[in-house]
Amino acid sequence: MFVFLVRRLLQAVMVMLAVAFIAFLMFRFLGDPVNNIVSQDATQAQREEVRQRLRLDDPLVVQYGRFVVNAAKGDFGISYRNSRPVSALLAERLPATAELVLVAAVLSLVLGIPLGIYTALRPRGVLSQGLQIMSLIGISLPTFVTGILLILVFSVWLGWLPSFGRGDVVDIGWWSTGFLTASGLKALILPSFMLCLFQLTLIMRLVRAEMLEVLRADYIKFAKARGLKNRAIHFRHALKNTLIPVVTIFGLQLGGLIAFAIITETVFQWPGMGALFIQAVNFTDVPVMAAYLVMVSLIFVIINTSVDLLYNVIDPRLRTDPTRATGRGA
Amino acid sequence: MSDTSFTGRLRSFADSDLFYSFRRSRTTVVAAVALTLLFVGAVFAPLIAPHNPFDIANLNLLDSELPPSWLEGGNPAYWLGTDTQARDVLSSILYGLRISLFVGFASVILAAVLGVFLGLLGGFVGGIVDAVIMRVADVLLSFPAILVALLINGVMRGILPANQHESAAILVLVLAIGLTNWVQYARTVRGSTLVERQREYVQAARTIGVGRLRIMLTHILPNVLGPVLVIGTINLGMAVLTEATLSFLGVGMPATQPSLGTLIRVGNEYLFSGIWWVVIFPSATLAVLVLAVNLIGDWLRDALNPKLR
Amino acid sequence: MALLEVENLKVEFPTRRGVLTAVDNVSFSVEQGEILGVVGESGAGKSMTGAAVIGLLEPPGRIGGGQIRLDGKRIDNLSPDEMRRIRGRHIGAVFQDPLTSLNPLFTVGEQLVETIRTHLPMSAAEARKRAIEWLAEVGIPAPDMRIDQYPHQFSGGMRQRVVIALALCAEPRLIIADEPTTALDVSVQAQIIGLLKRICRERNAAAILVTHDMGVIAETADRVAVMYAGRLAEIGPVARVLQNPSHPYTAGLMGSIPRVGPRPDRLIQIEGSMPRLTDIPGGCAFNPRCPKAFAQCHRVRPELRPVADGAAACLLYDGVTQ
Repeated sequence: MFVFLVRRLLQAVMVMLAVAFIAFLMFRFLGDPVNNIVSQDATQAQREEVRQRLRLDDPLVVQYGRFVVNAAKGDFGISYRNSRPVSALLAERLPATAELVLVAAVLSLVLGIPLGIYTALRPRGVLSQGLQIMSLIGISLPTFVTGILLILVFSVWLGWLPSFGRGDVVDIGWWSTGFLTASGLKALILPSFMLCLFQLTLIMRLVRAEMLEVLRADYIKFAKARGLKNRAIHFRHALKNTLIPVVTIFGLQLGGLIAFAIITETVFQWPGMGALFIQAVNFTDVPVMAAYLVMVSLIFVIINTSVDLLYNVIDPRLRTDPTRATGRGA
Repeated sequence: MSDTSFTGRLRSFADSDLFYSFRRSRTTVVAAVALTLLFVGAVFAPLIAPHNPFDIANLNLLDSELPPSWLEGGNPAYWLGTDTQARDVLSSILYGLRISLFVGFASVILAAVLGVFLGLLGGFVGGIVDAVIMRVADVLLSFPAILVALLINGVMRGILPANQHESAAILVLVLAIGLTNWVQYARTVRGSTLVERQREYVQAARTIGVGRLRIMLTHILPNVLGPVLVIGTINLGMAVLTEATLSFLGVGMPATQPSLGTLIRVGNEYLFSGIWWVVIFPSATLAVLVLAVNLIGDWLRDALNPKLR
Repeated sequence: MALLEVENLKVEFPTRRGVLTAVDNVSFSVEQGEILGVVGESGAGKSMTGAAVIGLLEPPGRIGGGQIRLDGKRIDNLSPDEMRRIRGRHIGAVFQDPLTSLNPLFTVGEQLVETIRTHLPMSAAEARKRAIEWLAEVGIPAPDMRIDQYPHQFSGGMRQRVVIALALCAEPRLIIADEPTTALDVSVQAQIIGLLKRICRERNAAAILVTHDMGVIAETADRVAVMYAGRLAEIGPVARVLQNPSHPYTAGLMGSIPRVGPRPDRLIQIEGSMPRLTDIPGGCAFNPRCPKAFAQCHRVRPELRPVADGAAACLLYDGVTQ
């Protein structure tokens, strides 16, 4: 078990270094770092001075090393677009995205699991058929279209909920939260619902598929043959076996939420990291792009590694026999 | 004994389990019909579209912001209404469909070719080549596709000078989406290659000195194409969605050469001014397209799955 | 009155090619405490028959006709909840694969206790004690320690013992064992069969032992029923049927068992193979392969008639002129 842990952590570090390398390449070679710092009519001497300051002539390995060390400290240089330190920009935007993603994640679980169980146990019910169709549409409908529809119905036609911004936020230290004000909460509703939809339908379909699969298993047949009550069969035996892969996949999909937040933030003009990233892509603001890449990768790697380790803890087959630990989905 | 003439083959296909399950499932038939209609509309857009939305000279600004023809104030010449620049919504949709479908197909083909090649290579050659390819694949797979596509897009924009961004947009999109989605193909093909590699006919070919490349192409490739087809069908929907999303975010097709996603983005800006048709109709078309592709992909996957027969 | 009476049982499957009959007009009875072996090739309908008796036919399979009576009361037309109460408590089942029969996420003890408490009024502590007793009964060493272990921590043979304990812990009077030893190592098979036989005898429980292995039948069963293409070919006391089979199919089966003897001989095979459910020949299902077939066999389907101390479905015993 310990060996597995070490091996997994090492893997994580390797991935981060690789990602940092790509970020570094972007940083150094995409566009001209000098050009993006000095103004158009700078003299050759000024350019040379900046070049020296950035130490662009050092061997690449050294530059890479410096980049990694700086990144670890959270220093990603200055944004090309608005000349502020990238880390400050990110820190400013982080709370917005974090709160959005948190609410969406919780919503998707709280709604998705019960709905999935229901559609598995009552596959021919009217509600089930309806949910099935809606979830199929949900996966096919582009997320931004759903967002637009939500805005159309709830903001334009009904006028109940705001369609852009975070509402009023309260600053606690360096974090700004929208949870503590009525307008902040109202502003959260539509975007977090839109964000959770994709995850919700995914979880619902997953729970349904897993449960149906589990219900076909021999141990369920044997449980029936022993005369166990339906409730025990469905909610004790089947559910436990169903939830394990669901939990792991949910964890892995958390990263997807962060990515989809980009779209949500664009639709609702939510001032988060995703919106920042889009602007960066549009303007080729390389430091911001590189920083976003590294940060998101870090989050991903942390989540993936945690899920792997968690999976090994939850499944008793892996707990007692560590030689079977192969990572998720063995 | 089996009739191999064309009508014979057609009859035996009509009799097969595959076609039976197709006929049985009404949703799939409807989806196929819808998809065919959309295809025809896209392919023949220049011929069927009532107007040419890019012909700036012929746009009559007095005709801008007209509602759909069946509503009050509508004009039967512009069946689905017009936008703020007097462009016919229906024509814009047809041309946009064209671009959306083109990017979708092109990126799927790119992803498939790249994935199949890398899968064959890794599976057949093995060793460090295989290890590297699979590592990269693993890392790529652990990131959401949209993020990777955005990143590749961003990098390419950085490489290209600013004035070429618009004209190269299609190429950038196809590359970005294609380079993101090759992993599934590579994994499947690699798996099949590993299996086929052990088979006797391959070992026999090697002993008589047939080159490795030839073995890969002539022996192994035909055997792995089936699953690739299924993956491709399922991926088409995702590719179209990804393109639409990128365009909506503003880093895809420009407004001068709009795909459905671009149309939705532009239309979105006028959501509060009441001209909902500029956003709703392209959205509906996109939704129907992706839904139809997904339904057919679902059916294909279930029909070809030996476990469910 | 027999414990179990199966009368003209018919199990059918609607498919797009029409309705397939997997079990066709099968009748037999099982007395209290006796072990009835049901033998036949794969696809002959033996498992379906067992599944029908315990009420676990998988849809779209359904009982298309006939009656199943336990202690004289019909059980084939009960509501799902009534049938559930019968399962485990009055009729138990043991299936083929012990690895997949046990839920990997629950300990053996948890699964035993829940079964016991579902059917018998007991506290958790009492049920746990009973569970440990059962583990000891089926021959699991150190049961008070192993009760808290997970299924994957047991070997194949041990797992099947646990399965047997689970099937019997609610004290049913009839067990349906469907290929209980097929998935086990040969060395372990004899032990499991021996265990099953002993436990049934000790509790005077009846058993229907479904298998394709004649050797197991010879060792364990009191009577044997031979099934072919969904129909009952012959039924009778084990020793007599094996020594002196009435039905030509049974004779063919016996002849095809390899025997160790002084003179090496050719293995007798029955020509051809059992027909698929969609292609059952008219008349007697066995007639294309039967060495004793005559003209009527293609036309008339034989009924089960008493022969010696059992019964056989063959026109040879039907009084029909050859």
